[in-house]
Amino acid sequence: MRGSTAVGAGNGKVAVLSGKGGTGKTLLSVNLAAVAGGALYLDCDVEEPNGHLFFRPTDVREEEISVKIPTLDASKCTGCRKCVDFCKFNALALIRNKPFLFEEVCHSCGGCALVCPEKALGEKDKVTGRVQRGVSGDVAVHTGTLNTGEASGIPIIRNLLAGAAAEEKSFTFIDCPPGSACIVMESIKDADYCLLVAEPTLFGVHNLNMVYELVRIFHKPYGAVLNKCIGGENPAEAFCLEHGIPILGRIPFDSALGSLSADAKIAAREDAGFHALFSSLLENVREEVRRETASDPQR
Amino acid sequence: MKIVVPVDENKLESSVCFSFGRAPYFLIYDTEAKTGRFLSNAAAASQGGAGIKAAQAVVDSGATALLTPRCGENAAAVLKAADVKLYQTAAGSAMENVTAFLAGKLPPLGEIHAGFHGRGGR
Amino acid sequence: MKQLLILSGKGGTGKTTIAGAFIALSAARAFADCDVDAPNLHLVMRRTVEPKRSDYYGLPQAEIDPLRCRACALCQKQCRFGAILPGPAYRVDPFACEGCGVCELVCPAGAISLKPAVAGELTLYAGPERVFSTARLKMGSGTSGMLVTEVKKQMKAAAPDTDLAVIDGSPGIGCPVIASLAGVDMVLLVAEPSVSGISDMERIVKTARNFQTRIAVCINKYDTSPSNTEKIEAFCRREELPVVGKVPFDPAAVKAVNDGRTIVDVDCASGRAAKKVYRGTMQILFGQN
Repeated sequence: MRGSTAVGAGNGKVAVLSGKGGTGKTLLSVNLAAVAGGALYLDCDVEEPNGHLFFRPTDVREEEISVKIPTLDASKCTGCRKCVDFCKFNALALIRNKPFLFEEVCHSCGGCALVCPEKALGEKDKVTGRVQRGVSGDVAVHTGTLNTGEASGIPIIRNLLAGAAAEEKSFTFIDCPPGSACIVMESIKDADYCLLVAEPTLFGVHNLNMVYELVRIFHKPYGAVLNKCIGGENPAEAFCLEHGIPILGRIPFDSALGSLSADAKIAAREDAGFHALFSSLLENVREEVRRETASDPQR
Repeated sequence: MKIVVPVDENKLESSVCFSFGRAPYFLIYDTEAKTGRFLSNAAAASQGGAGIKAAQAVVDSGATALLTPRCGENAAAVLKAADVKLYQTAAGSAMENVTAFLAGKLPPLGEIHAGFHGRGGR
Repeated sequence: MKQLLILSGKGGTGKTTIAGAFIALSAARAFADCDVDAPNLHLVMRRTVEPKRSDYYGLPQAEIDPLRCRACALCQKQCRFGAILPGPAYRVDPFACEGCGVCELVCPAGAISLKPAVAGELTLYAGPERVFSTARLKMGSGTSGMLVTEVKKQMKAAAPDTDLAVIDGSPGIGCPVIASLAGVDMVLLVAEPSVSGISDMERIVKTARNFQTRIAVCINKYDTSPSNTEKIEAFCRREELPVVGKVPFDPAAVKAVNDGRTIVDVDCASGRAAKKVYRGTMQILFGQN
């Protein structure tokens, strides 16, 4: 499995994930990136990227992301239908003795071209999304967006992660998609540390459990941040204590914070109090990352 | 000519299946020989592209008409390219619909839906 | 059977909370949780019958026979998904394998074959009074669209004569959402008054429109940002989408959910507002076109 090379003091790729949507992944990753002094923010939630709404990056360079789909040289095709029969995704149909491609069903595996005895199938690019790279103050902001109707965000996430390696920033914050499906796995592949964001509801704990399983399967060091804390019983806190998940910080439920975020303002840039809150949280994260990665330099 | 109807069971009295792409069977009715045979629909178990695979089976059978309650856009594209005409089924069994079709009572299928896109992959 | 699907685009807007309320209010005899990645509806629905569980098979996965593998690396070179892991015997990464069959095709030693693989679990609670269909996708699996279709199919098969089915959808705009949209009669979008929420709502409206189904909007936690609520209302006017109600932010809602109950099981502000949203939605779903 891919991993990063040994990490120096204070460097790190920190993936922020939650299992459930709306718990505060973007709030946390955006604000941590804003206080870290020269960090990179990667928005891997390519179906619904939101970080750029907060950062409003400038000097944006855009790169189209494409996948390969087959093209037919009809003059070479004998209508043998080996390609149609091979395709596990039913993306090819034989009509009037020639294969007809359904682009959005194609998984770009390249199998049909390999199986064609006449070499009648070639490839061309199909754009499925884009990556935009810009800056906001001292933060480099990279955003991935999947075009509506397209199935897989994975090629976009791969491009984002490859681009991150080129930036050589002190800290990279990876804003992950919700859930625990393959796009989340792809987003954490290069992470040195995983921050699990949890909200104090029954739904939140249930989904925290899922990402907790996920990070352990991938042998990633992890810690939790409890968001929207309202005092009283916190099922997410109880879960963390029960499972020995280090709690790196608690963000109180605060209508001022909620208001700022609702208007896509970066709280740490707007208010000294929030700047202090997120800076102190960052210090805990920095310390944990240093500790965890120093103990296993092979990671 | 041969006509195809998606069916719930492999009997002429079977009800017409609500879905084309994932129907368990297809009835292939030969209007000259006045006989029907049943084809098990391999597309029903597909992760994705079921409509395409089912439409391929219809094209391969040599049918020139499909009687169905609905049809997705990918399946419709395959059928249209192969000159298979689509007709809208009414309530009743498969055989009742075949009879209605032969009497010219079934209208052409008006609406093609966007497709389930329940395909595999991410 | 009329199917009502509850979606939001953005996660955390309150789909499941609203779905739970609707199910309680309508005494819906059929309901389903199509958020197969992170199903939550069962946490607020009282389940009184024994569930029937079944394996869900996703894409077949490649398997390499270590006894036949010659470590020639041809499979690794051809695999477009990074799913072949090198080693003394090559192995397939089950999280990355898409079941395309290219490795099986190119292996000179015949060491690779595609085998069926369990990708999740379907659960059906089928009581005399009501039917609840849900599923959980195995971590890292990719075939969520197909599983969503199975959840709906399972529900319809168990309750064919029901007049209303309430379906809790998943966040995002991808495969599982598209699969859940197919064949529904109406979509209720739960919008959140935040810049992110509005942006995501616009993307989900675009996705839902492809399905030519009735769409209505309700605004949850509307009092957390009156200005953004106004923006959503203006958007809905421009797009000709009916707004069937607004639900206030309510700490009592969190408590109800944490106690495993719906917001209409207790007397609270959000529950009362949800009742109005429910009435407005039912009018559109069952009323004149």
